[in-house]
Amino acid sequence: MDFLALYVTLKLALVATAVLMVLAAPVAYFMAFSRFRGKSFVEALIYLPMALPPTVIGFYLIMLMGPKGFVGRVWETLTGGSLLFTFLGITIASIIYSIPFAVQPMKAAFQKIDPRLLDAASILGLSKMNAFLRVIIPNSLAGIAAAAVLVFLHSIGAFGVLLMVGGSIPGETRVISIAIYEAVETMNYSAAALMALSFIPVSFLFLLLVNKLNEGVRA
Amino acid sequence: MTISASFRKKLKYFDLDISLSCRSEKMTVMIGPSGGGKTTIIRMLAGLEMPDEGRVAYGDEIWFDSARRVNLAPQKRRLGYVFQDYTLFPHLNFYDNAAFAAVNKKEVDALFELFKISHLRKRKPHQVSGGERQRCAICQALARHPRLLLLDEPFSALDVVTRRGLREELKSMKGTLSCPVIYVTHDINEALFLADEIVPVVDGKIDPGWMQRTITREPGEGVAAKGAREPRLALVY
Repeated sequence: MDFLALYVTLKLALVATAVLMVLAAPVAYFMAFSRFRGKSFVEALIYLPMALPPTVIGFYLIMLMGPKGFVGRVWETLTGGSLLFTFLGITIASIIYSIPFAVQPMKAAFQKIDPRLLDAASILGLSKMNAFLRVIIPNSLAGIAAAAVLVFLHSIGAFGVLLMVGGSIPGETRVISIAIYEAVETMNYSAAALMALSFIPVSFLFLLLVNKLNEGVRA
Repeated sequence: MTISASFRKKLKYFDLDISLSCRSEKMTVMIGPSGGGKTTIIRMLAGLEMPDEGRVAYGDEIWFDSARRVNLAPQKRRLGYVFQDYTLFPHLNFYDNAAFAAVNKKEVDALFELFKISHLRKRKPHQVSGGERQRCAICQALARHPRLLLLDEPFSALDVVTRRGLREELKSMKGTLSCPVIYVTHDINEALFLADEIVPVVDGKIDPGWMQRTITREPGEGVAAKGAREPRLALVY
């Protein structure tokens, strides 16, 4: 059992989930309540990572974050280091890979809020920002939690995109899914079996949690 | 202070074209059949919907003027608005709901005393009855020290006994309100009981004869038919 890989996996999933929830909430709000020309175009763009093979996302992230890519060059100028093959690099990759899983359930939760509550909020003097923080967020907690669990699960299960962007550096970018792959490659089936088995109860319990939270949202 | 409004708006089945006014300490009751445009009018007064054209003024302050392209946001009108159904915030308890936009949070307790819901201050809206929720909604509106109080069929979803009780409480406290009050109902008894002025609204226009036509028998229409159409008025016929 590669506990270092387990540690990197959990750290990655937690950081990616926390950052993504904060970034995705305003995007989901915008998608839920605004009307503008080209909205479905923008929405399809946001959900694109869900439809693309992880290796395709990984390829474009290498192009972007590599030494010749725009983001990679800016990062190198600022810090002198590289984004590829670092924990930060796989965190960015994981966030981009999971965007749809954060935005979609949050948007659905926001849209379920009774519009009359938003009318009441504006009558009571709340700006749109305050209504978002004081009315929408507290009344969408189950949907937000469901989105967080989905993002967390998606992050701990990521493989192709992380392998391309981060490789397999122990303690830095080697996550459990990559450790399993490498254990199988080196015919170490008992280690692979143990690590694979550890995924099943965790994933099952989290999915159970998502179902419970979604039931709460429906109620 | 007087609120005066005149607006026109094209709706799906008719064109709304109405003028009304109400001064401080008075209650204007808009009455008429459902779907006649009353809620749209009150929403336009609140700034939640925009008229196609018209003007809304609160004293000298212009809230809406299509000619001058003025449209004050609902947040800036400082209104009290009690909706038809319960729109208390479900995540907050009664006290936090009423204190949500209170000018002085200490007044909330006095309002709770007045509306006899002090014992429910820690309860969430789904844990209490409809009548108690509407009492809290009125407290929430009044705690804001509104410049105009809008009540859109606030008691229509309640049972007869609760409705009668609340109606009486509202009437008894009407004298203490210093702002204009606009009240929407389709219940003639309620309108007659509460109003200083009654404005019958039918298909988006003021129809002064509507109440008379509704409570007097029309040729060819039997008492039973009339009573079935408007059961609450059956005793009047």
